[in-house]
Amino acid sequence: MLGHTRVTIRDGGPADAVGGVVPRWVALPESVEEISVVLGACADADLAVTPAGGRTKLCWANPPERLDVLLDLSAMREVLEHVAGDLVVRVQAGIPVARLAETLAGAGQELALDVPFPEATIGGTLAAPSPGPRAFRYGNARDLLIGVTVVLSDGTIARAGGKVVKNVAGYDLGKLFTGSYGTLGVIAEATFRLHPLPADRRWLTFECEGWEDAGELLRSQLEPSAVEIDHPAEGLTTLAALFEGPAARDRAEAAREVLGGGEVRAEAPSWWGRPPGLPLASLRCHVPPHVPEGVSVRGSLATGVYLAAGAADLDAWRSRLPADARLVGLAGEFTGDRWGPIPSLPLMRRVKERFDPERRMSPGRLAGGV
Amino acid sequence: MTVFDRLEAIFPPDRVITDPVRLRTYECDGLTYHRATPMVVVLPETAEEVAATVRVCAEFGVPFVARGSGTGLSGGALPRSDGVLIVTSRMRRILSVDLDRRQAVVEPGVTNLAITEAVRDRGYYYAPDPSSQQICSIGGNVAENSGGAHCLKYGFTVNHVQALEIVTPDGDVIEISEDDFGYDLLGAFVGSEGTLGIATKITVRLMRAPEAVTTLLAAFEGIEAGGQAVTSIIAAGIVPAAIEMMDALAIEAAEAAVACGYPADAGAVLIVELDGPASEVEAQLAEVIAICVATGSFEQRVAASADERAKIWKGRKSAFAAVGRISPAYIVQDGVVPRTCLGEVLAGIDALQEEFGIRVANVFHAGDGNLHPLVLFDDAAPGEGERAEVVSGRILDLCITHGGSITGEHGVGVDKARYMPRMFTDADLDTMQRVRCAFDPGGRSNPGKVFPTPRLCGEVPRVRKGSPGEIF
Repeated sequence: MLGHTRVTIRDGGPADAVGGVVPRWVALPESVEEISVVLGACADADLAVTPAGGRTKLCWANPPERLDVLLDLSAMREVLEHVAGDLVVRVQAGIPVARLAETLAGAGQELALDVPFPEATIGGTLAAPSPGPRAFRYGNARDLLIGVTVVLSDGTIARAGGKVVKNVAGYDLGKLFTGSYGTLGVIAEATFRLHPLPADRRWLTFECEGWEDAGELLRSQLEPSAVEIDHPAEGLTTLAALFEGPAARDRAEAAREVLGGGEVRAEAPSWWGRPPGLPLASLRCHVPPHVPEGVSVRGSLATGVYLAAGAADLDAWRSRLPADARLVGLAGEFTGDRWGPIPSLPLMRRVKERFDPERRMSPGRLAGGV
Repeated sequence: MTVFDRLEAIFPPDRVITDPVRLRTYECDGLTYHRATPMVVVLPETAEEVAATVRVCAEFGVPFVARGSGTGLSGGALPRSDGVLIVTSRMRRILSVDLDRRQAVVEPGVTNLAITEAVRDRGYYYAPDPSSQQICSIGGNVAENSGGAHCLKYGFTVNHVQALEIVTPDGDVIEISEDDFGYDLLGAFVGSEGTLGIATKITVRLMRAPEAVTTLLAAFEGIEAGGQAVTSIIAAGIVPAAIEMMDALAIEAAEAAVACGYPADAGAVLIVELDGPASEVEAQLAEVIAICVATGSFEQRVAASADERAKIWKGRKSAFAAVGRISPAYIVQDGVVPRTCLGEVLAGIDALQEEFGIRVANVFHAGDGNLHPLVLFDDAAPGEGERAEVVSGRILDLCITHGGSITGEHGVGVDKARYMPRMFTDADLDTMQRVRCAFDPGGRSNPGKVFPTPRLCGEVPRVRKGSPGEIF
């Protein structure tokens, strides 16, 4: 127990490791204030902290340079406010995305985010985002986030944004913390804009020999919510497009005409939105990319954002991609540079210095020691 | 060497303005009651000229302010009399358009509408559409995170910008992109109102034009019934491209100004625009009309052509200027409330009108609760301007107490900086200041905007070497 508070603390073990680094303790705060108390105490004792939610991506990116306390947010899993008429929800960061989806479905609404692991939490989805198929239509986590409560390394509790969708007052700290991998502070609560659940969903799947061009489909006015490709290391490539809305079936059928074949189903293909395996890399490339032998790629032909599995030598692959493509090693063993070029890294370093000058928050999880 | 000498070495004579008469052209933006004459104005044509200017400012410790078309409504581009005004109006090239990637790269002085005009005939458009889109610059849109009527469905500038080349307050040219792994610096920069640097190249997302667009004008006896229709449309799971509402006073003004021909006896009109695949739009239109009728609409008009649609929008888009026909002066407000609180807040605004004897015309983006109350006053009548100012501030208080925001799209600028502490705590504002200090430790980039009191950044604290104590 933490002396003067009621925050639950236990000893850390191998199951609590972040990228192989085992914390000495695990703290289980139950409120924003308790997070603040823990971080304040850690500041006094110069303890390094990494926040965790569903623990689905703790092995992604770099391991922390040091780690004393794993701040486990799994006790903070409440829906704090859901005003259906406003299409807005405010939640604690430790709520699993799947659990939130159940609550919202009761009101005929959804948070239009596809996450790769069902047990992922909202906080983890913001701190370590992974673009899902429908990002093409609805945007990514940062596009749906409208308000945030964060706790900084010195225990400061700060809020930005709010609970209205349209709001330009002050800096958007929520966006800044998106993709921060726990290096700026702890995301404690988040507020999102919601969407009505579509009346119907249909997937058109189309098998092809190689890397298929979905240009015709994207140039059409059928407005797919997602256009995904599954390019396995061996075997046929599949293209799949999702249509949402009362006329989803008609639009999927019309898309079948455009592609000249395929099958319309009411269920997603089994690979839809799932990471293809290990070692896992994030690929951003706006033209059909070169794919090395033995590598599988899944992702969006519409946004050019993919996940790739089976490539360990990222430097070699990078040399075959356009200069503006980005290939980053997420999880697994890589030879050479896992990050590749990040032009804004100098600014990220400066932000890190201002938010966490003593380098206690997940230090080194990101590129360049950030 | 002075700042002037240095700038004159960078720019040809016709692109450095020091003549007091010409300088006065730039003394305000769209918020005309804040004015300051800049020390000097420069008109760069390249990012390198912007960077060189900013480096001169850094060397001499002089503030700078960026300005696009000067249409902002919060004084974000208000110059500093001790600073350099960097006007981007000569940086107006569309550098590339790639429809396969659905992307355009433009310079900051390009107007919002020019992007759409460059690709419209090929069936694409740029979605954010502030009312000033014919003249406002995309650089200004980036600074303000501009919205527009259609952001209900399509989002704001921040949702449509994919990468930026920026000149940092130190004068470095850096690219920030959604493709960068790590902090979303792009998301932090868009909407920072020129306080983190100047965007010199902007990559925007282009969208395929929808197959069908339909616009409905529905007339109601009053605001309350119109608001009920909005609630019911949203509850039915429909996300229109836009839902706009005007009250009787705003309708009267628009009629006087542009003869928009809205139903004469309407106490409120609702404009609902639906777009998307034709099959979806058709089904939704029938549902929206049924909802309007059920909530008391006594007349509905559906635009049958692009001309008719333009006519319906004409009244709405001219509303701000139109109130000039019914009032000598007015304040445009920009508060936001949760949609479900619209009725209560509008009743509160009514009560304020009574209490202060000040008329308020209501025009708003009803779909997302963004109110644009136009607070009308006679600047010749003693005390009326002050009373209007009080009413305007009280409206913001109403928005804040209902969980809303002091600005939905016009920005904080110089106009609302003093209201920021009503919406945010000191800890919130200090945390935002850390972002400011990371980008602009010298506080030279558009100082005095957004935040109420200037805060000094100080040095980055040195790393403390402590030993873990036995606290657990």
